[in-house]
Amino acid sequence: MRYAMAADTLKCVGCSDCVVACQAENKVPIGYCRDWIVEVTDGTYPVLEMEIRSERCNHCVNAPCVRCCPTGASRYIEGGIVVVVPDKCIGCGACIASCPYDARYPHPAGYVDKCTFCAHRIKKGMDPACVAVCPTKCLYFGDLHDPNSDVSQVLRKRKHKTLVPEAGTDPQLYFLI
Amino acid sequence: MNSMIDPTLHIWHWQIPLYLFLGGMAAGILCFAALYYLRGREKEYLTAVRVAPFLAPILLVIGLLALFADLRHRMYFWQLYANIRMQSPMSWGAWTLMVITPVSFIWSALHIRDIFPEWNWRYKWLFNLEVFFNRHKTALAWIMLIFGLILGIYTGILLSAFNARPLWNTSILGPLFLASGLSAGAATIIFLSKDPAERKQFAKIDLAIIGIELFLIIHMFMGYLASSQVQIEAARMFLGGEYTASFWIFVVILGLIIPALLEILELRKYHIPAVVSPLLVIFGSFMLRFIIVYAGQMSRYLY
Repeated sequence: MRYAMAADTLKCVGCSDCVVACQAENKVPIGYCRDWIVEVTDGTYPVLEMEIRSERCNHCVNAPCVRCCPTGASRYIEGGIVVVVPDKCIGCGACIASCPYDARYPHPAGYVDKCTFCAHRIKKGMDPACVAVCPTKCLYFGDLHDPNSDVSQVLRKRKHKTLVPEAGTDPQLYFLI
Repeated sequence: MNSMIDPTLHIWHWQIPLYLFLGGMAAGILCFAALYYLRGREKEYLTAVRVAPFLAPILLVIGLLALFADLRHRMYFWQLYANIRMQSPMSWGAWTLMVITPVSFIWSALHIRDIFPEWNWRYKWLFNLEVFFNRHKTALAWIMLIFGLILGIYTGILLSAFNARPLWNTSILGPLFLASGLSAGAATIIFLSKDPAERKQFAKIDLAIIGIELFLIIHMFMGYLASSQVQIEAARMFLGGEYTASFWIFVVILGLIIPALLEILELRKYHIPAVVSPLLVIFGSFMLRFIIVYAGQMSRYLY
C-alpha cells in the first residue's frame, strides 16, 4: 500500500476550503494550518498564467524529517504516511529544519504537528477532509499500488509534477499540470 | 520556515548556536587535556591538562540548559535517552553528551586540589571513587579524547544532515566546527596559562588551526559556487547578501585573521597584550555558530 495525493492545478480556484476543512477536522490551533494555498503567477501582462496549488506534507518515501528525528517520534505508518507521535516528540525542531517543503509547525502544546493524510478517516474508508470537501473536486487521493484508485487513474491520464524532486525526498504529493 | 503555516520563520533561536559554541569549546579543551595527558606532558602543560578542564563541565552544563530551553515539549526530553537512532546526528549527539559530561566532571574532580589545596571529599566512598578513577586515568583520557572529538564534529554534522537548508548541506561544516572548537579550546588555554612556554606552544597550535579554518571556509564557498542553484544562492547571502558584513568582519577578519597576525607577532617576540588574540578567537568561534545557524534557516529550496 502506498498512499498518495494529486492536486489539479488547473481546476483549483484557491478557495482555501481544504485549509479550513483540515483546521476543523484536525482541531488545528488558531493561527496555524497543516495545508495551505500557493499562487504562482508567470508571464507579463496581458499574457499571464497562474498556477494554484493546494500544498501539504508530501509524505515522502525518503523523508528527511524521519531521518533527522532523534527519538523516532516522526515515523512512517501503514501506506507510507508520515506522522508524529506527540508522546515521543521532544519539540527539538530538527524535523522542521529538515523539511524542504516546510510542512511542519510547532504545536502550541509543545510537540510538532503536520498533515497526516487524515489517517483516522482513511481507516474508516473515508477520504481526507481536504479531499472530501473540495468544491471543484480537484484533489485525488488513494493507493498508488491499486490501479483503480482515484489517484492512480488520474496520474495515468494527466501530465504531472512533484515539488523539488532534486531534494531527494521522493515526494508523494503530485500536481496535475 | 513556511510563512503560510508558521507564525515565526526561524525554528532555532539563540539557544542552539550558544550550545554549539559552548559544546565546541568544551570539546576543544577536553581534547587538548586528554592529548597532552596521554603523551605524558602533564608537567609541561599544566594549564591544558589540569586547569582549563575545570571550565568544561561548566560550559557543558550551560550548553545543556540552553538545549533544554530550546525544547518545546520539555517534559518528554527523556525520550532522547529511550532511543538510539543512528541516522539522526542529534540522537548520537545526545548520547555523546551523556558520556562526555560526566567524564568532564570526573576529570575536574581528580584535579580539584590544584584549585583548592585543602579539598576534602568528606565521605569515604568519594575517596574510593577518586582512587578508582586515578587508577584508570589513561582509559578516562582516551574516552575524553574520542568523545571530545565526536562532540566537536557532530555539531557540524548535525547541521549538514539537513538537506532542506542548502547553506548547511555541506560536509565541510563538520570539520569546520571541529576546527573552530579546537581553536577556541586552545585560545582558552592561552588565556588561562601563566607559563610562557605553554602559551607559545598553544599559540602555534592555534595558528595552525586558524590556517585550516581559513582553508575550510574558502573550500566551503568554492563548493557552494560549484553546486546547484540553491547552494549558489545560499553562498550569495555571504557574498554581497545580508550576512556579508557580519560574516567577513566578525568571523574571518576579527575572529581569524587579526588573532593570527597577533600570534605571529607575539611568536616573533613583539609585545602584544596576551588576552587580545584568545578573546578574539573565542568571539569569532561564537559568531561563526550564530551566523551559520541563523543564515542557514533562511536558505531553502525555492519553487
